[in-house]
Amino acid sequence: MSIITNSIFSPELAARFDKLVTLYPVKRSALIPMLLYAQDEVGYISEAVVQEIAKRLDLFDLDVRSVLSYYSMLRTKPAGKFNIQVCTNISCMLRGGYEILDHCKAKLGIGHKQVTPDGHFSLEEVECIGACCWAPAMQVNYDFHEELTPAKVDEVLADYASRKAGK
Amino acid sequence: MPRLVSHPEEAIVLKRRWGQGAADIDKYIALDGYKAVQNAIAKGMEAMPGWIIDTMKASGLRGRGGAGFPTGMKWSFVPKTSPKPKYVLVNGDESEPGTCKDHVIFREDPHSVVEGTMIAGLAIGAKMGFIYLRGEYRYLLNIVEKAVADAYAKGFLGKNIFGVEGLDFDIVTQTGAGAYEVGEESALMESLEGKRGVPRIKPPFPAVVGLYGGPTVINNAETIASAPHILLMGGPEYAALGSERNGGTRLFGISGHVERPGVYELPMGYSLRKAIYEVGGGIKGGKQLKAVVPGGASCPVLRADEIDVGLDFDQMGKAGTMLGSGGIVVLDETVSIVEFALRTIKFYQHESCGWCIPCREGTDWIKKTLTRVYLDGGQKKDIDNVQYLAENMMGRTFCPLGDAAAMPTLGFVKKFRKEFEDYIEGKKAGTPLMTTESEHELAGAAH
Repeated sequence: MSIITNSIFSPELAARFDKLVTLYPVKRSALIPMLLYAQDEVGYISEAVVQEIAKRLDLFDLDVRSVLSYYSMLRTKPAGKFNIQVCTNISCMLRGGYEILDHCKAKLGIGHKQVTPDGHFSLEEVECIGACCWAPAMQVNYDFHEELTPAKVDEVLADYASRKAGK
Repeated sequence: MPRLVSHPEEAIVLKRRWGQGAADIDKYIALDGYKAVQNAIAKGMEAMPGWIIDTMKASGLRGRGGAGFPTGMKWSFVPKTSPKPKYVLVNGDESEPGTCKDHVIFREDPHSVVEGTMIAGLAIGAKMGFIYLRGEYRYLLNIVEKAVADAYAKGFLGKNIFGVEGLDFDIVTQTGAGAYEVGEESALMESLEGKRGVPRIKPPFPAVVGLYGGPTVINNAETIASAPHILLMGGPEYAALGSERNGGTRLFGISGHVERPGVYELPMGYSLRKAIYEVGGGIKGGKQLKAVVPGGASCPVLRADEIDVGLDFDQMGKAGTMLGSGGIVVLDETVSIVEFALRTIKFYQHESCGWCIPCREGTDWIKKTLTRVYLDGGQKKDIDNVQYLAENMMGRTFCPLGDAAAMPTLGFVKKFRKEFEDYIEGKKAGTPLMTTESEHELAGAAH
C-alpha cells in the first residue's frame, strides 16, 4: 500500500515510487528519478507533482523546486506528445545538425521550445545527446534517430504524426 | 540504433562481445562473463582486494572519463576500514560533446559494467554500487536495469553472492535529468543525493569522504567495463597492448568530417593521423583537414600540421592538448573556427552550473564577445578580451568545467588568431553552419 492516499499518479507509478525510496541509504536520492518518471506520466512537473513528491520524500516543496529548476530535461509546462530534440552541438553541427533543426522548424511550423497548436509535437534545440558518431541525431521523447537527412526526418515525423499518443 | 563499425587496425578487448547479443545474461556468461569476478572471489576474502588492486595497478589502466588517473591507485586510496559504508559510483553521465562510447557499452555489453562495478566493490570493501546514466539514455537505462535484475536472479547480486556466505553486494541504477555538470564526480554525488548538481570542494576527495559521507570510488563506465577484461587477461598483458604508462586499449569516437565515423577500439598511443586517415577513412568528400578537437569539446584544438602524435594521456599533454574522453572531432577546410569556437562556448555557457563566478560569468562574457564578433560587430581587442577572460577562469573554480570552457577557447584564439583577425576585417574563412534563424537566437543569447 502506498504511503500516500489519493496519489495523483497511476497505481503502477505510485507502487514504483514506494519501492524506489527504499533502495537508497537516503530517501532523497530518489528525487531526480521520481521527477523524471512523474513527468513521463503527467507530461510536465505540475504543482501537484511537486507537492506529492515532496511529501513522499519528507522534503519542503521548495527543496523539490530548487532541484527541478536545475535539470534541463525537467519542465514545468506541457510539451507536445512527441518532443523533438535536435542536437546542434559540434559533431552534429559539422554534419548538418542546423539543417535538420531548420527543417523541423519549417515542417512543424514551430520554433525552439514551442508546441504545435494540436499539442502533438514540440521542438527543442538540445546540447550533445551522445550520438556523435551517428550524427546528425535527434531524440523524439527518449527514442534516438540518427544519421539524419531532411528526407529521413520527414519519414520520422510522418511516423509520429500517425501515432495517436503515447511515449 | 548506433551503427557498429570495425577496422583491421583495432585491438579488441572491450569490444569483444559487441554485436553478439551479450545484453542477454546467458550469452554474456557463455562469452566468459562473470568469470573475472568469480576468479577474484576464488582468491579468498583475505587475498582478494589486494589481488584485484595489484592487477589493476599492473594493467596501467587510467581513467577513461578524461582525467586519466590510474585506476588501481584510485582504488587503493580507499581506507580499509571505515565507520561509514563505502560505495562504488559508476559515471555513465556521458555528456562531453564528441563522446558516445559509453552509449555503445551500455547497449552492447551492459553486464561488463555490472561485473566491473562488483569488482570495484570487492576491491574496496563496498557492499553497494550505483550506476548513474544520463537522463537522455533512457533506453540504455532499461537495458542496464534488466542486466542488473538478471544478475540478481542468478544470485550474482544481493546477499551471499555466488553462494559465498556473508558476501553481499547490491547495485542500484540511477537516471539523471539533463545536466553536463553532473558528469563531474562531486556534482555527480550531489545529484545522486537528490540535489542540484553543483560541485564540492576538494579535498576531501571522494575516496575518503564521498557519497553520503562514506569513502567512494567513482569511475567512468568504460573504466569499470575494462576491469573484468583486465582480471581475465592479466595486468601486464593488458598493459602491453598500450604505450608507456598508458596501459591497454580505449574506445575512440571518431566524428565530424570523416568518411567512416564510429566508435573504434585502438591501442593507447596509436597515431592520431592514422586514426583519422586510416581508421576513420580520411576526410569526408576528399576535402582537406583543417583541425581536430582530439578528446571531446574541452580539449584544445590541434591544427592539421599537429596530428603526428600518439593517442595517450602523456603524448597528448606534451602536444599541448588532452586525450580527454577519446572523442575525436574532425574539422575539414570548410569550417569557420570563429563559428566553431562560438558554438563550443555556447555549450559551456549553457551548462555552467553557476556555482563559481569565474565560470558563470566567464563563459557568458566569452559567448557574448564571440557572438558580437560572429555577427560582424567585433573589434580586434575582442580577441584579447576573450583570451583574458579565459585565462582568468583557469584554475579558479571548484570543478574543471571552468577549465573545460577556457582551454578550447584559448586553443582557438591562440592557434587561429589570424583567422579571428581576418574575420573581424571582413575576410571570413569557411562556410557558416549555423543558420540565420539561429543567429537571431544567438544575438538574443536565448537558449
